[in-house]
Amino acid sequence: MRVFATLLRRDLAMLLPGGRRGQSLLPFLFFLAIAMLYPFAVGPDADLLRRTGGGVIWVAALLASILPLDRLVAPDIEQGVFDQLAIRGIADEAAIAIRVLAHWLSFAPLLMVAALPASVLLNLDGSTLSIVVLGLLAGTPGLAAIGVTIAALTAGLRGGTALAGLLLVPLATPILIFGAGSLARPDDGGILLAAAISLVALAIAPFAGGAAIRAARDS
Amino acid sequence: MQAALVARDLYCRRGERPLFGGLNITLEAGEALHLVGPNGIGKTSLLQMLAGLRKPARHGSFNAAGPPGDVLWQGIVSYLEDRTALDAELPLADALAFWARLDGRPVRLEPYGLADLADVPVRYLSTGQRRRAGFARLSLQRADHWLLDEPLNGLDTQGCGMVESLIAEKREAGGIVIVASHQPIAVPGLRTLDLRDHPW
Repeated sequence: MRVFATLLRRDLAMLLPGGRRGQSLLPFLFFLAIAMLYPFAVGPDADLLRRTGGGVIWVAALLASILPLDRLVAPDIEQGVFDQLAIRGIADEAAIAIRVLAHWLSFAPLLMVAALPASVLLNLDGSTLSIVVLGLLAGTPGLAAIGVTIAALTAGLRGGTALAGLLLVPLATPILIFGAGSLARPDDGGILLAAAISLVALAIAPFAGGAAIRAARDS
Repeated sequence: MQAALVARDLYCRRGERPLFGGLNITLEAGEALHLVGPNGIGKTSLLQMLAGLRKPARHGSFNAAGPPGDVLWQGIVSYLEDRTALDAELPLADALAFWARLDGRPVRLEPYGLADLADVPVRYLSTGQRRRAGFARLSLQRADHWLLDEPLNGLDTQGCGMVESLIAEKREAGGIVIVASHQPIAVPGLRTLDLRDHPW
């Protein structure tokens, strides 16, 4: 338990805003920038904004989660951190699972807070905002899991960052479909499905990410 | 008494290229082994294999492949290489503190000649200073045996002396030290293993 706390503490110090791999406010600002640009692009039609704003927030959240991918896993593989953890008997799967948690903590709560000013910019009412925030709560763990998995898979590749962004989009699309889809439904089935996909992604991520690190080591 | 390290039937390839094969190593507690051989012969790969980071390859053709070799240690092993596994953006003392918390020991800088560098970010350290930092990290781990990959790289004379006395201490405590190095190391009773003698 102490080991996991130590690892989480390092990962958070690294990834949180103002952390030493810095730029963690970037997803937050990027998210707000999209919410701010959208009304300028489509015009000040309050009704149109209200109908489409929730979806824009979802697209912005998905794109914002791409930004930190390049520093999630690659620097630690380069520096041999996972090797030293493995020598201490800490499985790559455990290290990746903690990385997923730290990644989620470093971007998702901020996005949910940022959804508040974004909802004002996009003229969303309170009930729509609450559906969006609940949906993000259900969907962002999946985005974090997919992001860390892809970051591990592309860590050793040249141009891995660009590739990681492209790979994340199709894998994250189901979360977007159900998360944003819940805005158009009277019940909360969409949110539940987004949560279900998140759980599947969370279950797969440590094993896929761990296997990727081992493959990079054994090459 | 059982040997502290028994490695049997180690074969190694990188990609499609076979490096070495049929390698058996048996070492008693307190012994030291010097791996030599030209660049690219597989010294680092062998150390990684002994550290458990790389799987021994199977020998033979695909349909008649023998069982892979195995490595058995009595005790805990640690591994030092070029990559320091220290966070480049952090001051040295803080970067080491992570491993210190993990290994449950306090950071010590003075024995490694790093006392003045506690506040310097790791990325500003020179090659030799990084190597010293590597030893500071290595010594945090409660390991019985050491695997050292080019431990003298970038070290000054005094640093080389430090490494040699650290190796001597480790052996006195009953540990095995295996060193891959192109430079000669003044360690009494050092056995030498030339990987050129063990082609695939």
